[in-house]
Amino acid sequence: MKRARAEILSTRKVGVYQSITLVAPEIGERARPGQFLAIAMPEGRAFILRRHFSIHQASRRGGWAGTLEFVVDPSAGAGTGWLAAARAHEFLDVIGPLGKAFSYPKRLTNCLLVAEGRGAASLFFLAQELLARHKRVDMILGGRALETVFKPIDAKRLAQTVAVMTADGSLGERGGVLDALPDAAARAAAEVVYAIAPAPILRAIAAFCRVHRLPAQVAIEERMGCGFGLCNTCVVPVARRDGSGYDNLRACVDGPVFSPQAARAPVGSSRA
Amino acid sequence: MSRTITVTERVGSDVPRIAESPAGIVWETGLQNPGLDAFVSGELLRLARGGARIIVSIGGETLEEYVRMTSALQGRPEVAAIEIHLSGRDDELDRAVLGAHADRLNEIVGAVARMSLVPVFAKLPGACDDTVGLARTAVRAGATGVTLLASPPALGLEATRDRPRIGIVTGWLSGPALKPVTLRAVFDVAQALPAVPVIASGGVRTGEDAVECLLAGAWAVQVGTATLTDPAAAVTVAQGIIRRLKTAGLASPAGLRGLLRPAEHAAAEENPAPAP
Repeated sequence: MKRARAEILSTRKVGVYQSITLVAPEIGERARPGQFLAIAMPEGRAFILRRHFSIHQASRRGGWAGTLEFVVDPSAGAGTGWLAAARAHEFLDVIGPLGKAFSYPKRLTNCLLVAEGRGAASLFFLAQELLARHKRVDMILGGRALETVFKPIDAKRLAQTVAVMTADGSLGERGGVLDALPDAAARAAAEVVYAIAPAPILRAIAAFCRVHRLPAQVAIEERMGCGFGLCNTCVVPVARRDGSGYDNLRACVDGPVFSPQAARAPVGSSRA
Repeated sequence: MSRTITVTERVGSDVPRIAESPAGIVWETGLQNPGLDAFVSGELLRLARGGARIIVSIGGETLEEYVRMTSALQGRPEVAAIEIHLSGRDDELDRAVLGAHADRLNEIVGAVARMSLVPVFAKLPGACDDTVGLARTAVRAGATGVTLLASPPALGLEATRDRPRIGIVTGWLSGPALKPVTLRAVFDVAQALPAVPVIASGGVRTGEDAVECLLAGAWAVQVGTATLTDPAAAVTVAQGIIRRLKTAGLASPAGLRGLLRPAEHAAAEENPAPAP
């Protein structure tokens, strides 16, 4: 974990989102897919906590070496609204990379990547790393409507197949990512599933993977206070192996990438 | 400072556990902690790596729990002091806030202080009728000093969605919004009990905040919420205090206690001048 005063190299609109590229070599060279950044809010405002964003791109080589990209949903609140309006050449106080990253399969080849909305941002970074390891990548991208599906055209360049699902049918098929899962898994001959989604959807994806004996990694999006393990607020209830209740693990340092059993609502937790 | 430890493990309360409020946070973790035994054999040793000595915060709902924890911490070289968390429920007397009543405060602080070989600080509840009176009770019961104050109880609601912002509904307020409350409590107690060590807690984010606490009469400060945005906040605060001591030609932070001067009448069109 490094802290940097990072310059905004560029910021551009992607559908309803704002994609921000930073110059942060110390963070960029350590970043791996699934990890996230904690960005400080400006001084003298009512809001004091950092905001947390998964890493969309980290370039270690070439003309963009040392840059990091993350994606903001401007409608999420006042803090993210401020970030979305920040301009190039402004500086941000950034801590990263934070959290556990996705791991890559050693023997298995066919990877199915599933995400909804802004959560898809870190799948692109993951897809690139998997392709560099000669894996096959297929994707399911979802969103409420056309403009909330994140970068469907870029996804087609990376993945063998991309299934796009929208709640209103304005892009791809009408429905959620779950509806596309059985067909996409069969078509891709999926051997490993990576998913980023709100907890109820992750739970259903985890159940599907269990039934079909597919190894999976899920990234949980939970509201964080600090992002580095201090405040104990971004917890995820995970059933204990011995069956004696559950532990509240911190999404920021114990995750955000968990094994799919973390997506199961354990007995005793109100999150059933 | 450790987090507050209880005899048995607590898995903690449901998410969301944190929400922002103007210059503050409303939060509740349900005292999530691994329990006394796991803390002593694990977290305490990890915290002490690198040579730090730890003030351990102990919390309980019965007198026996406080006694058991104090006993287990004796003779541990990592433990520099004990802070008694007193804002929780009182199970035995069926009261909402254990430390808000002088009779109970006297009993618990007395038991911990008699047993402890290290200094004991009572962290007084963030919303109580008579902070000075409770501080006096704690010290008479044997506390080395008091920590002022614990986070006051708070509630965050979301008007647009008709919902509480915290999973278990009610929580506590922390952050910069608390600083004036902290200063007042520290000032009142320091005026009434000048010989009692007071640790200021609540709203300390910068070196200036800490200096203000020392001027009000604090012997030390705690930095909590600021660490959530800046993991090195305590270092920044310490450097700020040292800078002020150097410019004032003082050898110790104790020199700032009682340096408070009368307020100046500022011209209406000017901003109030910062302290020199």
